[in-house]
Amino acid sequence: MNLNQQFTAFKTIVTKEILRFARIWVQTVVPPVITTGLYFVIFGQLIGSQLSDIAGYSYMDYIVPGIILMSIINNAYANVVASFYMSKFSHFIEEMLVSPMPNYLILVGYVIGGVARGLTVGLVVAFISTFFTEINIHSYFVLFSVVILTAVLFSLGGFINAIYANSFDDISIIPTFVLIPLTYLGGIFYSIDMLPAFWQNVSLVNPILYMVNAMRYGMLGVSDIDLTIAFSIIILFVVVLFSFCLYLLNTGKGIRS
Amino acid sequence: MTNALEIRDLHKTYKNGVQALCGISLDVKQGDFFALLGPNGAGKSTAIGIITSLVNKTSGTVKIYGYDLDGELEKAKSYIGLVPQEFNFNQFEPIIEIVVNQAGFYGINRKIAYQRAEKYLKQLGLWDKRLTMARELSGGMKRRLMIVRALVHEPRILILDEPTAGVDIEIRRSMWKFLKEINKQGTTIILTTHYLEEAESLCKNIAIINKGVVIENTGMQTLLAKLHVETFILNTEEDLQNKLQGWSDDKGCQVKKIDDSTFEVEISREYSLNDLFSELDKRNINISSFRSKSNRLEELFVRLVEEGTL
Repeated sequence: MNLNQQFTAFKTIVTKEILRFARIWVQTVVPPVITTGLYFVIFGQLIGSQLSDIAGYSYMDYIVPGIILMSIINNAYANVVASFYMSKFSHFIEEMLVSPMPNYLILVGYVIGGVARGLTVGLVVAFISTFFTEINIHSYFVLFSVVILTAVLFSLGGFINAIYANSFDDISIIPTFVLIPLTYLGGIFYSIDMLPAFWQNVSLVNPILYMVNAMRYGMLGVSDIDLTIAFSIIILFVVVLFSFCLYLLNTGKGIRS
Repeated sequence: MTNALEIRDLHKTYKNGVQALCGISLDVKQGDFFALLGPNGAGKSTAIGIITSLVNKTSGTVKIYGYDLDGELEKAKSYIGLVPQEFNFNQFEPIIEIVVNQAGFYGINRKIAYQRAEKYLKQLGLWDKRLTMARELSGGMKRRLMIVRALVHEPRILILDEPTAGVDIEIRRSMWKFLKEINKQGTTIILTTHYLEEAESLCKNIAIINKGVVIENTGMQTLLAKLHVETFILNTEEDLQNKLQGWSDDKGCQVKKIDDSTFEVEISREYSLNDLFSELDKRNINISSFRSKSNRLEELFVRLVEEGTL
C-alpha cells in the first residue's frame, strides 16, 4: 500500500471508531459525566469545603485536574478494550486482517479512536467542572502533552487487554482490579506529601501518580513529582506498550490460530 | 503464465496437536473456477485461512499471483477477496457502511468505494437494503452481503467458503449465475461447498482434501469420466410382475426391484443407454419417468472419501 492508500485505510478505522462510540453516546459519554459530577458535588463541595487548602489551592481546585484525567484514562481504555474485543468476538476483525493494511495502522487506528473518546469525555467533564470552580491553565503545552500521552497509553493498555481477553469477564477484570485502585491511589484526591514516608515511596511505583501530577502542573502549576521524571516515565510506558502491541499483532496472538 | 495460487507442501498443526494439513500442494490457474471439496474437518477452511492469512501456517509456501505470503504479504493480500463460512461483519452497522469501510481498508477512497458498493449491491439485489442494519437481513441476504464486501476492492482471486449454505434454491441459482459472470470477466474463483451439484455445474477443476491430504486434483470432466457406473431409478406405468426376471447379467448391468412399479438399474460405462432402452423394449416395460439416482460428483466423492478409490 502506498502512503495515500495507508492514509485512506487509517481514516477509515478512525472514522469507524469515532462513529461507534458516538452512536452509543448514552452509554459512552453520559455515565462518566454523571459519575464525575457526583465527585465534584460530594468530594469537592460537601467534603472539600470543610478541608483546608492544598498547595495554595482549594480542595475543589486541587482535585479537578485529577478527575478530568481519570475520566480520560477510563474512557480511552474502555473504548479500545470494548471495540477491539467485540471485533474479535464477532470475527469482524477479519475484515482488517485479510486486507493489505499494515498492522501498525490497525493499532494506531484503534488508539486514535480511544484517544478521541478520552478527549471527548475529558472535555465534557472539564465543562461540568466549570459549574463548581474556575478552570486554571498554567501551561497549555504540559496540559495538552500529558492529556494526549495518557490517552494513548491507556488506549494501548486497552488493546493489550482485548487481545488477551477470551470472554466478556476478561475485559472487566483489569479495569476493576487494577485500573480503578491505581487511579484512586494515584493522588487524584490528595497530595502524596500528606502520606507517611513509607506510603509516599509505595505511591512512586504507581504510574498514574506521574500523570496526575503532570496534569495538575499543566492546570495549577503545582506537582508532587518532578516534571521531567513524570514525562520520561509516561513516554517510556507508551514506547514499551506500543512495541508490545505491535509484537502481539505481528505474531497474531489472540487473533490468528 | 503465473498461477493465481500456488501451494507447496503446506502443513498446519494446531496448538492442541491436531494436524489439519499434512503437506498439501495445489496449483490454481488464472481465470479458473476451482472446487476445493472434502468432508467436514478435512482441512479446507484451514487451507483457506492460511491463504488469506487468518491462520498461521506451520510450514510450506503459498504464492498468490507469484507473491509469496512470507515475503510479500501485503501485495499478496491485495489480490484476494474472501467470503468466509461464518458471518463476520458488524451486525450493528448499516450494510453500505460495511461495504464502504471494507474498501477503505484496501486504501480505496470513499467516492470510488461508494460507486463500487452501489454497483455490486445492485447486482446482488441489496441496494434497496443499503441503509438497513446488517442484523436485520435474512440469511441469504447476509451471504450476498459478504460477496459484495469481498468484491468491493475488485480482487483477482475470489475465495468462497460455502457461500450458499442455508440459501434457498432460487437465490442459490442467482448467485451461481453471478459467480459464472464474474469468472467469465477474468476473476479466478476458488469454491468450497457441500452442494456437489454446485461444484459440478460451476467448476472447471477440482481438488478433494481428506484428513489434511489432497486425494484428487484434476479437471472436473476428467474426474467425472472416472466414474465407472451410474445408477438410474425408473418408474413404470403398470405392475412390473416378473418382467425383470433374468435381466441382471455380467455385461455391466445390475437390476434391483424397489416396489411393484419402480426399479433401479446400475449400468457400467460399457453398457450404453441404447442397450438399456432396447432391453426395456424387449421386455415390454413402459417407462413413465427416469432419473439418475445421485449426482455423479456425489457418487465419486463418496467413493473417494469413504473407500479411498474409484
